[in-house]
Amino acid sequence: MSEIFQRFGKTLGGIFVALVLLWLAGLVLVPGIYMVNAALTPRLPLALRGGPDDVYVLENFAYLLNHPNHGWIFVKTIWSSALVTFVTLLLCYPVAYWLAQVARKWQMRLMLVLMLVPYLMNEVLRGLAWYIILAFSGPLNAMLMGLGLLDEPHRWYGDGGVLAGMAYAYILFMLFPIYNAICTLDRDQINAARNLGSATWRIHRRIVLPHAKVGIATGCVFVFMMAAGSYVAPALLGAPGSRWFTQLVYEWFFEIGNWNRGAAYGVALMAMCLTVVLGLLALFRVNLTSAIK
Amino acid sequence: MTNDINVSPMHTQSGASQRLWSWLGRAGSRLYLFAFVGFLLGPLAILGGAAFNDSSFPTVSPWQGGTLKWLQALFHDGEIGDALVSSGIVAGGVILVSLPVGLASALVLNSLNGRARGFVYGLMVSPMLIPGIVIGISTLLFWRQVGVNGGYFLTILAQASFITSFVMLMIAAQLQRFDRTMEDAALGLGASRLMVLRRILLPYLRPAVLAACCLAFLQSFENYNTTLFVRGTETPLTVFIATKVRTGLTPVINALGLVMMLAALIGALLWELKRMKGFARADRS
Repeated sequence: MSEIFQRFGKTLGGIFVALVLLWLAGLVLVPGIYMVNAALTPRLPLALRGGPDDVYVLENFAYLLNHPNHGWIFVKTIWSSALVTFVTLLLCYPVAYWLAQVARKWQMRLMLVLMLVPYLMNEVLRGLAWYIILAFSGPLNAMLMGLGLLDEPHRWYGDGGVLAGMAYAYILFMLFPIYNAICTLDRDQINAARNLGSATWRIHRRIVLPHAKVGIATGCVFVFMMAAGSYVAPALLGAPGSRWFTQLVYEWFFEIGNWNRGAAYGVALMAMCLTVVLGLLALFRVNLTSAIK
Repeated sequence: MTNDINVSPMHTQSGASQRLWSWLGRAGSRLYLFAFVGFLLGPLAILGGAAFNDSSFPTVSPWQGGTLKWLQALFHDGEIGDALVSSGIVAGGVILVSLPVGLASALVLNSLNGRARGFVYGLMVSPMLIPGIVIGISTLLFWRQVGVNGGYFLTILAQASFITSFVMLMIAAQLQRFDRTMEDAALGLGASRLMVLRRILLPYLRPAVLAACCLAFLQSFENYNTTLFVRGTETPLTVFIATKVRTGLTPVINALGLVMMLAALIGALLWELKRMKGFARADRS
């Protein structure tokens, strides 16, 4: 701490530290504490606030656990986000390897530009693209019926549609970190292994995958977190019978108007995400400083 | 480990079948790459293509004939213009908050070592690891206590709380390669600390600050999850599009998507050009 003041002087150092504190305390920590506080207090009319009923309770969390559907929707959100993470990892690894180690320079450049286009567009428009594709009288049904694979149009909106939309929306957040990691691998290592007779799968298992570990960890962390917190994909591609946890949070806030219960649901989502993120980092034995750069 | 150096089965096969296998491998990987690019770009092609279809619901099948009326309608659509302005106001505000705070954070982080650094680093990147809707609701709940409701102010603060992390990371990456002896030399020659910051550090960090500025704008402009909870009655572009999808979607939105796609393509090309220039500079030095 004292080094900051030594380096920048009292005035400038003071301004820097004050800005950092305003951000971390004022915008991140204190609002977070307020959210936990709201989650632990019952919803009371204004007259009863501060009275004998204004005590810490667990009823907002108990409601989530005891509700016939909500607990299940929470589990579904975890499971689906894990599935999206795993599928995008499987799809991206070969492409990332090809881009970083095999592709010629012009091929790599062309691919990166083509992939940046969907990356730079917002999530809502990417969701809308799938909304159009999966529509009841949309191109997917038309194509499948044209090929004779379907006799009548299928309703794609629902959990399946949401998963497709999420995989599409977040796949590049998996690709780019893995690509960046494999880029730094010296090609001579791969050539040496190949010349010594190592099979392709063994080269990947013993050389490329260990080297790509940090990128894989980063990709998994971000894709999981974004999938679990996604509101667009379920809102656009879900069906009335397939609700997602983020939609429940939204309902508590803006449709039912019980902010305390909404806060509890938000806390549950946040706790789950942080647990999974830290668990993933521990699993890959990657520390936060190298996972997020 | 001796069994690591064994002869792979490929070497025992005859030349012809080996060639066949490697041809199959190459054809297969090429096919997969095309499928991957198709998966990424196909939906965008359909999104953009529907902007030219003469059908009141956006689709490409059945094709009702080409038309430019949706594109024309886009440029006369006042609501979209308002949504763009709204997004611009939020993004401008986010840049004003995130750039100075992110710069200060990177400088503070750069001056720390050891365990303190790890702890502060964890705190500074934590907003990136929390789902956007959680950031939105915690901001909303906190400011309700002091009587501030959703609107531009809260949207800017909520977005800035995690966009600052990205800005900090970008500037910190450049700062790591900075030669601290330049600072000491300037101080030794009698420069004030403010002068060192203005004449040495800031010019050195300029490229990173500009890149962070672009990133902050993009992140803010594209944000939906956080904005949805703190927007109050404002309607930035992403919220506008999502609302339209549920209340009355017309291909005008596709025309908007097409324009944004072109903007993204130009952005991607500029980024690639800049990267190539960076390589050329690195080669020369």
